[in-house]
Amino acid sequence: MKRFSGLVIAACLTLLTSTAFGADTVKIGVAGAHTGDLASYGLPTANAAKLVAKDINAKGGIDGKQIELLIQDEECKPEKATNAATKLISDGAVVVLGHICSGATKAALPIYTEAKIVTMSPSATNPELTQSGQYPTFFRTIASDDAQAMLGVNFAIDKLGAKKIAVLHDKGDYGKGYAEYAQKFIQEGGKAEVVLFEGVTPGAVDYSAVVQKVRQAGTDTVMFGGYHPEASKIVSQLKKKRVNVKFISDDGVKDDTFIKVAGVDAEGVYASGPQDVSGLEMNKAAKAAHVAEFGSEPGAFFDAAYAAMQALVNAIDKADSTDADKIMEMLRTENVDTTVGTIKFDARGDAEGVGFSMYQVQGGAYVELK
Amino acid sequence: MVQGRSRRGIMDWQYFTELFLGGLTRGSIYALIAIGYTMVYGIIELINFAHGEVYMLGAFVGLIIAGVLGIMGFPAPAILVIAGVVAIIYCAGYGYTMEKIAYKPLRGAGRLSPLISAIGMSLFLQNYIILAQTSDFLPFPRLIPDFDFIEPIAHVFGSSDLVIVVTSAFSMAGLTAFIKYTKMGKAMRATAQNRKMAMLLGVDADKVISITFILGSSLAALGGVLIASHVGMVNFAIGFLAGIKAFTAAVLGGIGSIPGAMLGGLFLGLSESFATGYISSDYEDVFAFTLLVVFLIFRPSGIMGKAKVEKV
Repeated sequence: MKRFSGLVIAACLTLLTSTAFGADTVKIGVAGAHTGDLASYGLPTANAAKLVAKDINAKGGIDGKQIELLIQDEECKPEKATNAATKLISDGAVVVLGHICSGATKAALPIYTEAKIVTMSPSATNPELTQSGQYPTFFRTIASDDAQAMLGVNFAIDKLGAKKIAVLHDKGDYGKGYAEYAQKFIQEGGKAEVVLFEGVTPGAVDYSAVVQKVRQAGTDTVMFGGYHPEASKIVSQLKKKRVNVKFISDDGVKDDTFIKVAGVDAEGVYASGPQDVSGLEMNKAAKAAHVAEFGSEPGAFFDAAYAAMQALVNAIDKADSTDADKIMEMLRTENVDTTVGTIKFDARGDAEGVGFSMYQVQGGAYVELK
Repeated sequence: MVQGRSRRGIMDWQYFTELFLGGLTRGSIYALIAIGYTMVYGIIELINFAHGEVYMLGAFVGLIIAGVLGIMGFPAPAILVIAGVVAIIYCAGYGYTMEKIAYKPLRGAGRLSPLISAIGMSLFLQNYIILAQTSDFLPFPRLIPDFDFIEPIAHVFGSSDLVIVVTSAFSMAGLTAFIKYTKMGKAMRATAQNRKMAMLLGVDADKVISITFILGSSLAALGGVLIASHVGMVNFAIGFLAGIKAFTAAVLGGIGSIPGAMLGGLFLGLSESFATGYISSDYEDVFAFTLLVVFLIFRPSGIMGKAKVEKV
């Protein structure tokens, strides 16, 4: 019975949304935490949406229609997120910018999927959201949690020609997560093999046994998930034991302290780190607009949110329609200049060209590899 | 991981040797620190939890001295020796002062009070370093040069391994000789056996205890300088895990027994190395502490310890 009524509601809602373009405004939903403990994650996104809407409206709107924002607070709580989603759909949102937290986003997505509403999050990083394939209308402008491992594995195999990879980690959530994704991608790719998968003990007096094990396994490349103190110990012990392997790690190692501590042993080490977008003109302009409008520096995820709003507006404009399929096609095919660079989206909904770059220690500093 | 293991036969002697030598280096360090625990315990039955911090202090003193001498242009081996000696003197002073401030006033106050005082001392020293130096990781210069003669086997046993093992062996031999053949050594053994009786026979127990702290702290400082230049970094927290491991080694060997601490240290270092090499480094600490629990259950007096005879 419940299921049935859900379908009826969804059907009604779909009808409602399909008529939305006929109205005088384009309604864009904005959902996220605007009150509560996590408000600082959600408010910058709402501000970004307001700034983009103001900007576009001042230029005459989308195909002559003004943007109307529908802002819903859900405090990053899954149960409130479903309510917010239902409300936005019934109010006639064409697309939704949100949600903010991965948990709330996951709760709300089945509702949007059923109603076929394009949603785009600036901050939900859970890999499942795009990779499971369950939510075809979901997009995001932030790299997912496994993006670094993906980048590292592709770099190792395609650029460095790695065949035998030893995956090490520091047993922590962050490091082990990276290592597990790396292992998964290497095995799925089938072009290289994981010859060793081990955790090391942070703070141990030395890692010589692990280093010998790396050699024994015939390793050509080490991928390490964790932070710089262990990384510098492992790197220098590898050198000390004359184990000649390449070393790739994550943004826990892309830290100047690593170079300071590991010294000459750090030379040649690869590490992924967030792309530097602060130099982009559009990025600077958006930040200046935020300061002018709200009197403060923007907060968390502002860049990604601004970019998401730009991408959504651009897609609606190019599609000349509020039809979800057409909007999605535009998102996937049309490049758009945003505050995080020029982006478009892949088949799963992840933004291409967003997130992390590979860096290498060259002459005592990290240099971005293009 | 499976592929790696199949290629490695059961009788891969080279791999075995690599792990053995790695364990030897690690075990030597554990032994150097464990001796301090065991000496103090042998004499005043106190587990000096601040001992790991003395090791950390030794590394920091070594770092400061090495920095100064490095600017003055001394060669690395000379810096190593001078930094080691200064760290030993400085930490000997620390050990002496620590005993006078934190433990001596509590002598005769039961066993729990000095234990709590030791934990307080440990926290104090860590925070002192955070405030006086930094909470961040600092690079430690590589003071042990690559010797040419060891280059053919450097992939198995490098010059820093050699220096650590040899220095540890010499200092432990020296300590053993000191305890066995000098008058002070005899007084220490007497105090360890029965403090009251020794005092009645004219042994200055306070002096013996001070010497014990000085010797233990010196060895820990030496260990600190050696391992810091081996791994190339120092941090205020390095004393904690090293201290816990050394304490484990002391208990394994039989707490109170100096040869026991040496054996216990080597035993622990080798077992960890083999556990990592043949099983998985995920379980390195699990293995070390399981060993401790097993020993406590089946042989509480340790490898060299004697079962305690009730003193009547």
